[in-house]
Amino acid sequence: MKRRNFMSLLAAMITLPPGARAQAPSSEPAIIAVTRGAKLVRGRVRLEMPVIADNGNAVPLRVTVESPMTLADRVKAIHLVSDRNPVRNMASFHFGPAIGRAELSTRVRLAGSQNVTAIAEMADGTFWMDRSHIQVTLSACVDES
Amino acid sequence: MSARIQLPDSAKRGEIIDVRILIQHAMETGYRFDDRGTPIPRNVIHTIICIFNGSEVLRADTSSGISANPYFQFSMIAEVSGDLELTWIDDEGARGTERQSLIVRE
Repeated sequence: MKRRNFMSLLAAMITLPPGARAQAPSSEPAIIAVTRGAKLVRGRVRLEMPVIADNGNAVPLRVTVESPMTLADRVKAIHLVSDRNPVRNMASFHFGPAIGRAELSTRVRLAGSQNVTAIAEMADGTFWMDRSHIQVTLSACVDES
Repeated sequence: MSARIQLPDSAKRGEIIDVRILIQHAMETGYRFDDRGTPIPRNVIHTIICIFNGSEVLRADTSSGISANPYFQFSMIAEVSGDLELTWIDDEGARGTERQSLIVRE
């Protein structure tokens, strides 16, 4: 290695504090926290979200799950997971027996372009999901990204 | 702190109705700074509970990933007349409640 190259590498290592290095986007640990290691299958869930958002502060989204919502076959909970927000587990919604349709709408805050995962936890213990990518032009003021 | 619960004026027994909830709250993330550069402490709603006539309809665990002035829409089976009671709790321990009645016709 040339001395010049070595010096620039050294400078880069010194000037960059550890926290400033971008964390690789990942939702894996947050998903495991939801499923507790159970198999997660793509399907039965539909996540509707814009493809592009000018602003990450209030992104509308809707989750619908294919479920008859009978006592035996129903959605127990819907979880929303981000792969870039500082808090990956954005929200969990636990459905009581009075919920009539397997759907939920809300508005989320997104720290930049990323994948959002919607997970449905069914009464029989299975987990289903859908994932969408969203391009966020102006990220929500939640971290340095 | 205040909130709004939007329900239809009345419903038929067994009808599935839409419930809309809007809570006035800054959902302060803890990553922002004020004009003087002092960090604004985190204060978000972490729990939201909807109870109809004593039984839980929806419970939400929320974080800074939910927008300021949280909004939720979900459905509910109207079986009997009664009150839908909404409670929310934030990081500072502040608790808010709101109530809305529903009339169910035969």
